[in-house]
Amino acid sequence: MRKTILYEISSLYRQHFKVQGYLFGEGEKALCVVGSVRGNEYQQIYMCSQLVAKLKKLEEEGLLKKDQEILVIPTLNPYSMNIGKRFWPTDNTDINRMFPGYAEGETTQRIAAGVFEKIFPYKNGVQFASFYMPGNFLPHVRMMKTGYENVEKAKKFGLPYVILRDPKPYDTTTLNYNWQIWETDAFSVYSTTTSSIDEKSAEQTVESVLRFLAAEGILHYPDRGGYRSEVFRDAELLTVRPKKAGIFRSKIEVGDNVEKGEVMAEILDPGEGCVIEKLEAPQDGTVFFRHTDPLTYASTAVFKLLPI
Amino acid sequence: MIKTVTSILLPVLESLEIRKNRLESEEAGEKKRISIVTGIHGDELEGQYVCYEVGRRIMEHPESLHGIVDLYPAANPLGIDSVTRGIPGFDLDMNRLFPGTKDGAMTEFMVSEIFQDLLGSDLCLDIHASNIYLTEVPQIRINEQFQEQLVPYAKKANIDFIWVHGANTVLEATLAHSLNSRNVPTLVVEMGVGMRITKSYGDQLVEGIFCLMKELGIWSGETIKPKKAIISDKPEEVVYLNAPVSGIFLKENEHGRRVKKGERIGKILDPLSCTVLSEIVAPESGFLFTIREYPVVAEGSLMGRILVEKEHEGREK
Repeated sequence: MRKTILYEISSLYRQHFKVQGYLFGEGEKALCVVGSVRGNEYQQIYMCSQLVAKLKKLEEEGLLKKDQEILVIPTLNPYSMNIGKRFWPTDNTDINRMFPGYAEGETTQRIAAGVFEKIFPYKNGVQFASFYMPGNFLPHVRMMKTGYENVEKAKKFGLPYVILRDPKPYDTTTLNYNWQIWETDAFSVYSTTTSSIDEKSAEQTVESVLRFLAAEGILHYPDRGGYRSEVFRDAELLTVRPKKAGIFRSKIEVGDNVEKGEVMAEILDPGEGCVIEKLEAPQDGTVFFRHTDPLTYASTAVFKLLPI
Repeated sequence: MIKTVTSILLPVLESLEIRKNRLESEEAGEKKRISIVTGIHGDELEGQYVCYEVGRRIMEHPESLHGIVDLYPAANPLGIDSVTRGIPGFDLDMNRLFPGTKDGAMTEFMVSEIFQDLLGSDLCLDIHASNIYLTEVPQIRINEQFQEQLVPYAKKANIDFIWVHGANTVLEATLAHSLNSRNVPTLVVEMGVGMRITKSYGDQLVEGIFCLMKELGIWSGETIKPKKAIISDKPEEVVYLNAPVSGIFLKENEHGRRVKKGERIGKILDPLSCTVLSEIVAPESGFLFTIREYPVVAEGSLMGRILVEKEHEGREK
């Protein structure tokens, strides 16, 4: 394992901002894994750190194929992580809305450009991604339909689900989108949590990347099972939204199966504690996403169900 | 008349209300309508004074009004109240959500309600204030896709600068792009600086708004002759001054004036070592239309923009 500084800028009163990567093997640029891009993506940096630990051991055991290089970048944004801020400390911009970046532009454009220049040549790209709303997911691989998406390859992670979604205008400046445009097979891998660490899903996600590496012939790694991924479009998920705002009391967890009519959550009046709305399952399904904040606004997507 | 555009329940004993003030003449028949929107970014306050002053002048001379003026001073009231650029609680830029959806999340629903309310306007102004870091001369920014229709309006708005910029996929979700795509001519005004009100700029734009109202037949009162704006429609005409190093930017020049190539714009200091880290000079002669107000810069931070002189010589001024 070698450490490498992928990008660095000076700061007036803090130590230099550095994006650090961990390299394994040498040769064809086979896979790049990116962890947290925002300052609250703790699960994502944790998963990368666990992946680095695993790869270090596997490399020492001589299980990496020759002429293949793997790069793991636990975080693109240590400055924000260290102060508990989601976006860039100075101007609140989001590095994941700056790709492919601009080397002569503003700070986060420069960071995106500096990093992208180093990671665009990789054949495969994985980003441990997060959702903008607070909630837990079933682990899955998510891909944008750009015309370059490689669904068959996504199944090699052996995660239960592969989701396809149509890009929106703001997606065109994300890392995943630009990787695809620059001919990297790009995958956003979602674990269960974002701002808290969930060991079980972290292990499942790290294992899925090792499984992918083995399937791609980059790593000798024993086959420890994995799922035959079910592929579906994002639009197939049923969204459940409350009509009222209030305290959100969930009755179920992600991964639970629910029957049509089953009460999944209650919305409570914040003053009197009475139930003002019961959220029922619109049909039989598996809970794919669950809102985790104690409060909810009206019309907010608090559950996403995968119909059975 | 104050009207509620939309009301959305918040979790704890409060509703979020988007309100507008409709000023309408009493004559019968079909009337033209101008809409003035501001506060999409909660930390941009320049439009607050503009809404107040437009309404005040109309109420002072209601006999000169011949149509409808809708004032939306707070498109993002929670943002304005909490000094937050985006929508608090969601960390979302409201101006990347338009046109929204009725069946979407609360944010999308709120945006959709505002958008639907604005449809049917004969002209819309979306007033911004750069951000908290930069100050700008009064200007109108126009997507090249809509320049044919919008530049004639912008010329009447009594601003200093009309900047026609290239199409950008990300900007398709702005209020202006969404309204222009639905045949509501919409001008994006940028002026002043975030978190502050520059009254002189506000007064200048207010004069322009009355000129536009007169153009539409909504106003018969006195108006000024709008000033001629500089127009730029080529990306290469604008040069950007980005900080070469992190430090404290001390400006030594004011925006809204012409600078000569090599003239000092400011310098970047290190107060710890008591040294000058970089002298910032104009790379070209031209019109300094943006300057940094917020002193802390990181490498790459924008410190200013210059419309290059040699390129716009002979162009309409």
